[in-house]
Amino acid sequence: MTELLRALGISSLERLRSLGSATIMWLTAMAGLPRRGDLPLLIRQIYTIGVLSLVIIVLSAFSIGAVIALQFYTQLARFGAEDAVGLGLALVLLRELGPVVTALLFAGRAGSAITAEIGLMKSTEQLSSMEMMGVDPLHRIVAPRLWAGLLCMPLLTAIFNVVAIYGGSVVAVSWLGSDPGGFWAGMQDTVELWEDVGKGMLKSLVFAFVVTWIAVWQGYDTEPTAEGIGLATTRTVVMSSVMVLAIDFILTLGMYGDFK
Amino acid sequence: MTEDTYIQIRDLHFSRGQRKIFDGLSMDIPRGRITGIMGPSGTGKTTLLRIIGGQVRPDSGQVLVAGNDVCSLSRDELFELRKDMGMLFQSSALFTDLSVYENVAFPLRVHTDLPEDTIRDLVLMKLNAVGLRGARDLFPSELSGGMARRVALARAIALDPDLLMYDEPFTGQDPISMGVLVSLIKNLNLSLGTTNLVVSHDIHETSSIADKLYIISDGKVIGEGAPDELRRDASAWVQQFMHGSPDGPVPFHYPADELVYDVLGDAAP
Repeated sequence: MTELLRALGISSLERLRSLGSATIMWLTAMAGLPRRGDLPLLIRQIYTIGVLSLVIIVLSAFSIGAVIALQFYTQLARFGAEDAVGLGLALVLLRELGPVVTALLFAGRAGSAITAEIGLMKSTEQLSSMEMMGVDPLHRIVAPRLWAGLLCMPLLTAIFNVVAIYGGSVVAVSWLGSDPGGFWAGMQDTVELWEDVGKGMLKSLVFAFVVTWIAVWQGYDTEPTAEGIGLATTRTVVMSSVMVLAIDFILTLGMYGDFK
Repeated sequence: MTEDTYIQIRDLHFSRGQRKIFDGLSMDIPRGRITGIMGPSGTGKTTLLRIIGGQVRPDSGQVLVAGNDVCSLSRDELFELRKDMGMLFQSSALFTDLSVYENVAFPLRVHTDLPEDTIRDLVLMKLNAVGLRGARDLFPSELSGGMARRVALARAIALDPDLLMYDEPFTGQDPISMGVLVSLIKNLNLSLGTTNLVVSHDIHETSSIADKLYIISDGKVIGEGAPDELRRDASAWVQQFMHGSPDGPVPFHYPADELVYDVLGDAAP
């Protein structure tokens, strides 16, 4: 029993230490706000993290939008309410699926790449050599990735939403013959800028913060071996996914008020 | 600390887990000279360079670099101090996403506002010094280990630092490159007055250029002096290392049980 408690204590202390170090890393990196000379670094990361994630985001968004429209249409048509497909689709995407699925895809594509890249830089002593040249890797390597993540995720979420709604309209309107007026008007009348679009974007920003923080820290703190980098990459995807889903529940609870 | 001393280390203690790496190590690295640090594998030579560079904090002791106590500097002060340092890593540590040219230009771009023309001239001069001007458009993945080391050296000297630290610079070099590297280190020292700290196993090459040698083992300095003095040193430790003898006070084997017990277990006599 004593041994079990001791192991639990050591493990908890280790996690606290890791959380503290990760916080210090984030604060130190973000303290040096992007300066004018850092723009090329930031643009490069926006390309790597954001632009290169576009294909997976667009393809997934179209499929998800199409599938949701298909399911909604099938069920709502039974009650003659197929005009509500557009509204339902928009609300589900803007409030939940857009931010959450984008964050999950982002963690799998960009998050894992960030961890692997920084981990490999650490294992090949590139971070050390940078330090010895008087260049702070937190400023040069970590900060641009954190900023790029914060900028890209909300934009990717917006693109996801637009493409998914388009995918839904292709299925519901063009294919199944739902009335285009009802599809778009229902959306226009009910969707609110802050309540639906704004809060969804806010969620996306929170997810961006969490996913990029986890990805960068896992890379920065990795054991500098092939196995260590593999484990760190896996941890990034698993931890990010779990955190995104858990935080989404808490945010939804807080944002959308009384559910009773 | 005297004017002639660039790095002063006093009573340095450092442990990794239960294992003591340094146990009261003290050294004086003279300014503008070449100092070699030698010792068996695993004695913490690379760790010592990292402590001098402020990348590793010792458990106790004092490390003064150009009069600055490395252990008590803030993060920003440490990065400022490192602008006067160059380090050649054992693994070369080139940036894999940059070409040879861009690797050497990196410190110049980050730390100076020099015009592109001047940067180009400087980079080509540094690459020419290591014989790799023609390889400027290659990427690190296209270089051999020896070539990568020379590019890393060109990058380390890009800003003409006051202190150059070399971690096993001769490993993996062919005889011609090795000769060039040896003379390059010597010439850098003579022409720029750079303080050089060479960690190496290559007794012959290091002795040929070093003004002073330190031999460390078991966390302590077991011999110091000019190469000729060390060759004549009466200490069995120093003699064993200088002549590369397997038998002597410096153990070849990592501490372990007798082989017979490991192999035969309970059946051992």
